Amino acid sequence: MDIQFNEVSYTYQPNSPFSHQALKNLSFSIKSGSYVAIVGHTGSGKSTLIQHLNGLLRPTAGAIKIGGFQHQAGAKTANIKDLRRQVGVVFQYPEHQLFEETIKKDIAFGPRNFGVSDEEIERRIPDVLKAVNLSPDLLERSPFDLSGGQMRRVAIAGVLAMDPKVLVLDEPTAGLDPRGQQEVMDMFLDLHKRKGLTTILVTHSMEDALKYADHVIILDHGEKYMEGKPSEIFVQNEALQKVQLDVPEVIQFIQDFNELFKQNLSYQGQTEQELAEEINKLLRKEEPTDE
Amino acid sequence: MSSIIIGQYVPANSVVHRLDPRAKIVMIFCFVVFVFFANNTLSYAWLTVFAVASALLTQIPLRFIAKGLSPVWFLIIFTFILHLFVTNEGTVLVELFGFQIYSGALIQGVAISLRFFLLILFTSLLTLTTTPIEITDAIETLLNPLKKIKFPVHELALMMSISLRFIPTLMQETEKISKAQASRGVDFRTGPLKDRIQAVVPLLVPLFVSAFKRAEELAMAMEARGYQGGEGRTRLRELVIVKRDWLAMLAFALVIAGLFFFRY
Ligand SMILES: Nc1ncnc2c1ncn2[C@@H]1O[C@H](COP(=O)(O)OP(=O)(O)O)[C@@H](O)[C@H]1O
Ligand SMILES: [Mg+2]
Repeated sequence: MDIQFNEVSYTYQPNSPFSHQALKNLSFSIKSGSYVAIVGHTGSGKSTLIQHLNGLLRPTAGAIKIGGFQHQAGAKTANIKDLRRQVGVVFQYPEHQLFEETIKKDIAFGPRNFGVSDEEIERRIPDVLKAVNLSPDLLERSPFDLSGGQMRRVAIAGVLAMDPKVLVLDEPTAGLDPRGQQEVMDMFLDLHKRKGLTTILVTHSMEDALKYADHVIILDHGEKYMEGKPSEIFVQNEALQKVQLDVPEVIQFIQDFNELFKQNLSYQGQTEQELAEEINKLLRKEEPTDE
Repeated sequence: MSSIIIGQYVPANSVVHRLDPRAKIVMIFCFVVFVFFANNTLSYAWLTVFAVASALLTQIPLRFIAKGLSPVWFLIIFTFILHLFVTNEGTVLVELFGFQIYSGALIQGVAISLRFFLLILFTSLLTLTTTPIEITDAIETLLNPLKKIKFPVHELALMMSISLRFIPTLMQETEKISKAQASRGVDFRTGPLKDRIQAVVPLLVPLFVSAFKRAEELAMAMEARGYQGGEGRTRLRELVIVKRDWLAMLAFALVIAGLFFFRY
């Protein structure tokens, strides 16, 4: 689904001493099927933004188009339940939303609310379990007996079982160990490609944004600060530093390398291996002239 | 939910904010008692002026206070209407839907609802201008004499401050989980009552789970930092009565004296 933000503003608790404008005049568009990263310092409005995507928050000014849905200030949104079925949101620490007696029931909770038939749910469960890499033996166990990482997988499976077209992820790897983080991110990339999802990832990790996204939006104090291709955004050290963001490690490395060896290497999504080989070639080429 | 201000602190730096919380509690306690002594137009007007002036002194916008009292407005108006129809003293003023409205009823209605309003307004000034921690500290020191009869004052105050401390956390948690469940298709707002009651389960279970977890963590953290109860414990914030507090209490005493002067 194409997503379009048009001059969207959002104010928490308007007309009170606590009123706080969290989003200011945001405009951008997201193409159906793309993988977008939203980055920004803590409190820059990332979580507020994504709550607009499935109608949890209504803009206090401006309008949002999500596929065929119109979500705008001062108007009731038609078919909001349908919107929520199509836009799956994995919140920060999603394991906090588990509540059923068994893992199976918890995964089935979302689809059941949206009126999916029992047979269809039975059919989906093995799929989503496989996607999140959980053993089917766990299905009848209580979600509260699992480890933190496993609970998170169950919660993610519960969102995937809704079979959404748009997947919104709010810092999905926060609090996981490095290996778990890698696995979860790879799983989302795989789903993104396999199901042709539109994926929107909120992240603190510039590495993840660079590695997985094909479009980056940087927020600062509720405003759009920069937007574009990761490979173009993440080379602008100074602009990033102004909003307290770091350049991803790979890019920093390439920049340091270029400076030190007077080279002109550029980042085009190479893996570490490929990069090492490229560097190897570059330096080898130079060797004879040095001698 | 967030528009209800009863019990909500609004930070500012007004005179009222800086008053000693014990002085505030004592004055409010007295006010609550003395409101019942007002018995004519002049004495009511006197107390109203005083309460509104105090509200102005807090530097919190009056409109905000008024809006925050909105759940109470309903009760106030209800009280007024009730009195209008059930009291039959004085002369008949008008006839409405077959009911006679007496002049005595009008006066009685205004007096009772005004008294109600004054009580709510004045007590909410305490919570608006005093942090929950200050309130518990004040209550603990005010109740200190009860320690002589082995009343667990410190424990009670600690329980109070911990619960107060976790109210905002719990509210945030509630909001977070209800949003997460709404994203999974739960509808808390519409549908038959039975469904809406059922919709509470996915909200309450995670809330209880996290509250218990939090309580356990807090207990552990307190123990790790050597908490052993109130015995021999010193305070980070000592409450001291300064000139400002004496002046405020003097002014308050004058207001009460005025009240007795104006009533007959
Ligand atoms: N429920 C709320 N009520 C009032 N202010 C809020 C609420 N949620 C977030 N905010 C404020 O809005 C701003 C943006 O918050 P958020 O969207 O959570 O940022 P991020 O996810 O980028 O860290 C912050 O300043 C935060 O304090
Ligand atoms: Mg956030």
